[in-house]
Parts: sequence; C-alpha cells; structure tokens
Amino acid sequence: MFDSWALTLVVFLPAVGAALLVAVPRRAENLMKLVALATTLATAAVGVAILARFDYGATDTLQFEVDRPWIDVINSRYHMGVDGISLPLLALSVLITVLCVVYSWDHFPEPHNPKAFLALMLVLETGMNGTFVGQDLILFFVFFELVLLPMYFMIGVWGGPNRQYAAIKFFLFTLFGSALMILAFLALYFKGGNTFDIPLLVERGGTIARDAQILIFGGLFMGFAIKVPMFPFHTWLPDAHTEAPTVGSVILAAVLLKLGTYGFIRIALPILPDAAQAWAPWIGGLAVVGIIYGALGCLAQKDLKRLIAFSSVAHMGFVMLGIATLTDYGINAAVFGMVAHGLITGMLFFIAGSIQERYGTREMSRLGGLLLQAPRLAWLLGFCAMASLGLPGLAGFWGEFPAILSAYQPAPGLSEALFRVYMVVAAVGTVFAAGYLLWMYQRTAFGTAKKEFAEAHVHDVHLPEWLAWAPLLLLILILGIFPSLIFRVTDGAVQSMTSALQAIGG
Amino acid sequence: MTGLLAAAFEAPYLDYAALAPEMVLTGVLLAVLVVDLFVDEGRKAVVAQLAGVGLLASLLPIVFLAVDGNDRSMFSGAYVVDDFALVLKALFLVSGYVVLLMSADHIEEGDYWKGEYTFLLLSSLLGMVVMCSSRDLLTIFVALELLSIPAYMLAGWRKRDLRSNEAALKYYLLGVLSSAVMLYGMSLVFGATGTTVLEDIARELGDNTSEPLVKLGIFFIVVGFAFKVSAVPFHFWAPDTYEGAPTPVTAFLSVASKAAGFVALLQLVFVGFFGQDNVWQPLFWVLAALTMTVGNLVALRQTNVVRLLAYSSVAQAGYMLVPFAVGGSGDAAARTAQTAAIVYLLIYAAMNLGAFAVVIAVARKTRSGEVSSYGGLFTYAPGLTVLMTVFLFSLAGIPPFGGWFAKLYIFKSAVDAGTGWSVALAVITGVNSVIALFYYASVAREMWMRPVPDEDVTPVRVPPALGAALAITALAVVAIGIYPQAFARLGDLAELAVR
Repeated sequence: MFDSWALTLVVFLPAVGAALLVAVPRRAENLMKLVALATTLATAAVGVAILARFDYGATDTLQFEVDRPWIDVINSRYHMGVDGISLPLLALSVLITVLCVVYSWDHFPEPHNPKAFLALMLVLETGMNGTFVGQDLILFFVFFELVLLPMYFMIGVWGGPNRQYAAIKFFLFTLFGSALMILAFLALYFKGGNTFDIPLLVERGGTIARDAQILIFGGLFMGFAIKVPMFPFHTWLPDAHTEAPTVGSVILAAVLLKLGTYGFIRIALPILPDAAQAWAPWIGGLAVVGIIYGALGCLAQKDLKRLIAFSSVAHMGFVMLGIATLTDYGINAAVFGMVAHGLITGMLFFIAGSIQERYGTREMSRLGGLLLQAPRLAWLLGFCAMASLGLPGLAGFWGEFPAILSAYQPAPGLSEALFRVYMVVAAVGTVFAAGYLLWMYQRTAFGTAKKEFAEAHVHDVHLPEWLAWAPLLLLILILGIFPSLIFRVTDGAVQSMTSALQAIGG
Repeated sequence: MTGLLAAAFEAPYLDYAALAPEMVLTGVLLAVLVVDLFVDEGRKAVVAQLAGVGLLASLLPIVFLAVDGNDRSMFSGAYVVDDFALVLKALFLVSGYVVLLMSADHIEEGDYWKGEYTFLLLSSLLGMVVMCSSRDLLTIFVALELLSIPAYMLAGWRKRDLRSNEAALKYYLLGVLSSAVMLYGMSLVFGATGTTVLEDIARELGDNTSEPLVKLGIFFIVVGFAFKVSAVPFHFWAPDTYEGAPTPVTAFLSVASKAAGFVALLQLVFVGFFGQDNVWQPLFWVLAALTMTVGNLVALRQTNVVRLLAYSSVAQAGYMLVPFAVGGSGDAAARTAQTAAIVYLLIYAAMNLGAFAVVIAVARKTRSGEVSSYGGLFTYAPGLTVLMTVFLFSLAGIPPFGGWFAKLYIFKSAVDAGTGWSVALAVITGVNSVIALFYYASVAREMWMRPVPDEDVTPVRVPPALGAALAITALAVVAIGIYPQAFARLGDLAELAVR
C-alpha cells in the first residue's frame, strides 16, 4: 500500500500544502508558517520512509514504482520510480525544503507576503521531487518546467535591486533550452517506437541510427546544459543567484541546478549511448573550461553571493567532467558531487544571506572582522569554505577528487590523452578554488570590522539559523567521513548504466 | 448546379435531428429579437439571460448526437454532422456563452444596445455552428458571411467612439476584400472540377494536379482565409480592430471568429484539397513561420494590453498554422495534424477568453488598457492577478497550465512528419515560444513586481457574470494542464475522415 503511494505522496503533498496555504486568511501569518512547516515535514517523513524501505541490495531497479495511464492519446504514462541515482537527490530535495521553511521563519524578505512566498516554495518542491522520480519523458518535462514559474516569481518579487532583469533572464534561458529539449523528447518518441517511457527507451535507444542520436542529443544537451549551467550558457546563474532572496538562492543552488545534471545521467546518456560517446569530449572540454572560467570569475567578484554563484559554475564543471568520462567511477563521483554541492553551496548561500541581513551589504570590501563580531557565524563560513574547496574529510572532497581521477581513465572509445589534459586542467582548478575561497574568507572574516560597522552590534547565529543549518553541517561532515553512505546507494544503478555505455565504445 | 436544370425537382432529404442545434439556435435568436422589443430599457438583462439559456439549450442536441454517434450527411455530402462537427460546434457554443457572460455588465454599463448586441452575437454564432458542418464551397461561403457580417457591426458597437468606428471599417473592408479573393478562388476550383462539394472536388482533382488554374484557385482560397485568421502578411487589420472594438467583442473575434476560419481551413485542406499538398503545404509553411515570428516580435513592443493580446493572438494563429504546413505527407501525418490543430483551438479558446475576461475586469477599475496600469495589481486584486498569470503563462505554454499540451501537440505533429522542413518549422516554433514568453512575462512582471501607478488600491469589483466567465475558463485551463487526456480525446475524436 505505502509503496505504491509513496512517490505520489512525496511529489504532491507539497502541492496540497500550497493549496491549503491559499485558503489561510491573510492575517494568520503563524498559521501559514505552520502549514508550510507541517507540509514539508510530512513530505520529508515520507522521504525518510522511502529511505528506510528502499531495497539497498537492488539499487539498479526502479522501486516504489507507479505506472498508470495518464495521457493515452500520446502514450504518456504516470510512471514514477526511484533507483540509486534518484534516491540521494530526492532526499536532498525534501531536506532542503524543510530547512528553507525553518530559515524563513523570521527572515521573510521584502515585500513580506509569507503566504505567496511559502506557497511558491511548496510548488517548487513538487516540481523538484517530481523531476527526480518521473520515469516518463512528458511527466519529467512537466515537472522540469514546473519549477520555472515559482522561481521566476521568487526572484522577481522578493529579490534584490536588479531582480526583474535577473528573473526574466533566468526564465528565458531555461525556456530556450527546454523548447529544444521537448523537440528532442518527441524525436525520441518517434524513433524509439512511440513511447515516452524512460526505462523502455533505455532498452531501445541504442538501436537509433548514430546520426539521429547525435542530433537528438544536441537538443537534450541544450535543455540540460543551460540548467546545469555549463559554460557558455552560465550567464543567467550569477544574476539569478545574486538577486534571489536567500532561500531562493539556496534552493536554486542546492536542487535546481541538479535537475540538469540529473537529466544527463537519467535520460541523455543511457538512452543515446552512441551520441554520448560522440559528445563526451566536447562536454568534458566545456566542463573544464567552466572549472577554470568559474574560478577566474570568482577572483573578480566583489559581491559575496556572486562569488559563490561563480563557484557553482566551477563545481558543476567537476560534476560534468565526471559525467563526460562515461565511467561508473566518474558518474558516481558526479552524483556525489551533486549532493555535496547541494549541501555545501546551499549552506554558503544561507550564511551569505545571514551576513547580508546583519550588515546590510554583501560587498566584501566593506566586510571584515566577522571572526571578532560574530565568531560562530565566521567559523561556520570557514567550515563551509573548507568543504567547498574540497578539503579531505568533508563532503566536497568526494565529489571533486574522484571526478578528477576518473578523467585519467575515461570509458573505452574516448581519447585518453584528451581526458588526461582535462584532468590536469581540472586539478589546476582545485588550486584556484582554494585560492578564491581562502581569499573570500580572508576578506570577510579576518581583520577588524571596517569603520562603518565598527560600532555595529552584530547578532551571532541564532536559534532558527542553528535549526536550519545543523542538518546540513552534520551531513557535510558525515558524508565526508563516510562517503560510502552515498556511493553504496548510487553504485549499483550507475554500474548497470555504464556497462551498457561501455559496450558501445569497447 | 446542373441539378437545378434537371427536369424533376426532388426535395432534398432533411435530417432534422442532425440540424437540431442549428434550429434551436435559430429559434433562440428569433426569440431574442422579439423579446427585446417588449422588454423595458431597464430590464434588458433578461434578453442576455434568455440568450444564455438558449445557448446551453442548443448544446443539448449536440450531446444527444454525440451519444448517438452516427455520422449524418445531407445534400449529397455538402452538410455533414460528424464528430468533428459536433466537437467544434460545442466549442463555439461554449465560447459564445462565455463571451455572453463577459459582455453582460460591459454592455449594460456602456449604455449600448443590449438586445441587438445579443442578437448579432447569436447570429454570428449560428454562422460558426453551420461552418462546422460545411463540406461544400458554397455552404462554407454562406456560413462565413453569416458569421462575419454581424461581427463587422459588433466591432463598431461603440458608436460615438472614433476608434471603434475605425475598427469596424477596417474589419469590414478587409473582410469583404478577403471574401472576394476567396470567392474568386472558389470559382476557379469550381470551374476546373464542376462541383462545389469538397469530397467530389478531392475525387476530381486526384493527386497533385498540374492544372495551374486549380493551383491558383487553392492559393486564393487559402489567402482569403489567411485574412480571416489574421495570418501575416494579411494581419494588419487585426490589432486596430481588436483595440477599437469593445473588449468582449475583441475576445469573440480573436477566439470564435478565428477558430471559425481554422475550421473552414481544416475542412477545405484535409477534405477538399488533401491531394494537392504541393500547393498548400509550402504556402502554409511560409504563413506559419511568418505569422508567429512577426506576431511575436511586434507584440514585444506593445504597451497596451489589448494590442499585446491582439499580436499574441496573431502569433498563436501562427502556431495553429504549423499542423497545416506539415500535415500533407500522408494519412497518418494528416490525422496528427488535425488533432494538433483542434486541440490547440480548444485550449486556445479557454486561455484567450480568460485573459480577455481579466482585461475587462481590470478595466472596470482602471479605465485603461495600458500595460502600466496593471502595476501592483497583486497588492489589491490578488485573485485577478493569479488568474491573469495562469492565462498568460498558459498562452506561453508553461506547465502546468493547459497551453503546454497544445504546444506539445503542435511540436508532435511537426516532428512526426519528420521532414527537414517540418523539423525546421518546429525549431522556429520553439524559438518563438521563448520570444513570446518575454512579453507575457512582462505583463506578469507589471502585476507582481511593480508599484501601483496612481496609488489607488481600491479593490476591483467583479460582477457575478464576469466571475463565472473567469471561473469557467480558469478551470478549463488548469484541468487541461494537469489531465490533458480529457480534452485530447476530443481532438482525437474530431478527426475528419481523410478521403
């Protein structure tokens, strides 16, 4: 009973919560927060139950599967399921949303209106969870697109001074990608024997002619690469991140970017193995360019949030490099990197938001002396910066290091020399990463406060912040020490996928 | 025609059951005309209510005919009642009902002639209902004139408003011109085939005729209808007419009248000229690409909501032309194309009527159609803002609102055809939906993210009839978006039998 309803619940509970929120009277703010919290907690509880009942011995099979008719006229079905690749991401998504509600408790950005803000957040969760469990291309597409509207409004209504520009830029970029993506989905439908079912297409995709595969992959690539975002499609990201309210940035960094990389792993690679071979060197190339470009971009930033945004471009570069190797080693690293980046960068955006709230600015040149004024906050920032630059023992390391290593030995059929060059470039990127993160830390935390803030009374971390952050901090530490917690889940699913890929190249 | 010269005149067979919707509608519109004479000036609302009930009553026989399920054909194939006809007749009647709801208070408060307005609206609807069954050049022409002539008058209904006069005059002149062009094309086709019944024309012409006169005839007929559906470069009347006409009439023109043009095109192209795809397919390709691109690009620059929606509806017509540009390669492609066009028509009707209903509601307070007058709408009319957002993003094709499915079907028809040209058109459509998003989002931005321009935040009062129109359209848009199967089935049912 539970097994067949679990995914429907985890996807649609937030939407029901959003509908309930709309019915709450305008003045009952606390009730709104309670409804939102209860909804996200209930969703998370379902998520925990899924984690508990998941069969870790068979991570490569879809579990909690539902497969019902939905739109018969186009053979699209309501097909959902989780395997080892979706499970960690689903868990990340339900966790982050709870924490965002907790953090929002007394941090509502202007123009306030908690009802609309929380409702949008819940709709966003429906979209994110749905994307990670959808096993039908049209279902996937609907959820993939469902996140656009709430995020557009979140940035555009509650964002910073340049919010309207950032919001529409985000929207237009992603929509352009998804317009091409849906064409690719339709091409898959016709080439793959009139079905949108992802597992079925994985079985049949290999039979599509190579030239057609390469074209279709191009459409998918545009859809996913813009979402990741890969260089040179990343330009929407710094704007969106900088202008978005704190919670928006956190969700964007922690979960939304993963929709793109997840799409590569779930759809593009397994369905179109030949095209993946052909595209991998280019993807790998763009990935390492992104690593270096993102790092250099960081070094040029004055704004704390913008710096973290550019660091996301670099980090997603590592994830894409792992994917481009087409090896199980690389893709495992990629999934780990996705989770780790979600935790760490989400946390960094939380802290950046709290710093802005305290100082009213994110200009690093105006900040300084955080260690003296709010030592706990400063230590947390230091901890996350270390995690982000890939310090062994923290979660960031296990996303980055194996991804670099995996480029040493890419899948058969890919040029070893080329990928070793990528490996070296990516390794140089980690040095840059240490550079910009330490530089950022130096400028914000060390020294004494600038004159304008010298007398300011700065709150240290308070209770809602601790509540919202503790799970992330713990997970960063725990996953850093026991990376197998994730690798054990993903490995089976990834291996069964890459074995098919390698059969092509070998 | 030759039948008239034959010695013995035989009365044609009349299937009264099949004609029931038309007969009920005719009865209602005559009743409206008569009742209007005897009702006092202050109680004209009764007339509109009568018309509303009458429209719903004429839906009943459609339901019975649909349950019955038999295709009925009269006048040697000139008038056919099949699933295609029934689905679209229902569309027109429901759209007409929604327009009537939208007009109720608008016309009353504007001090217009309410009884005559209702009568003309019903007459035009009758033309549309007849159009759905017309499988004959002459019947199509008669239906077209029946639906157009009342519409010319409705466009000029604000008698003392110069812009309304301009709207009506432009619409009339171009409408007549296009009718003439079309009629000329029809005469050429008749001359070549000796028949006006579409099925017979298809039989006479065979596959891809080389007769230049026929090609020219088809060309003229399509161009004539390109005026009606406001396809670029025959669109220039639309924005002026839409802006000048009373807003409920604009809604009616941009949805029902346009849909009628498409219904005629569907029948002409997929029944009459189906074999001649080398003539119409390239023509529609150019029309579709031009229409959506020009419509969207010009819409980007609009500062008036009605004009913006006018250009948006031009662009939407471009999307609806895509199936015509790719549907000629065979029976399967034709079926997908028809379903795509019909599904788009159904969903477009709901979302566009909804958007106009919000415009009418907001204008009741702001007395303005400028996009800037929507500033800060969310702060004092959150309900209307959410509804407008739903309609706009549905028009843009963003899930989970109905428009995404309509657009998906358009894409599907193009990818299904599988030629380089059709895929190119699909890509053009994709790029266009991104352009379109910009101006739909700009209205949303105004409502959600900008301050109230004159700081007047008195709430907008929405009269019950208008509220009902909003509820019907919003419900349809959201329901289709989440569970498209229900509507897609209609589109599937409604395929014309291709030869």
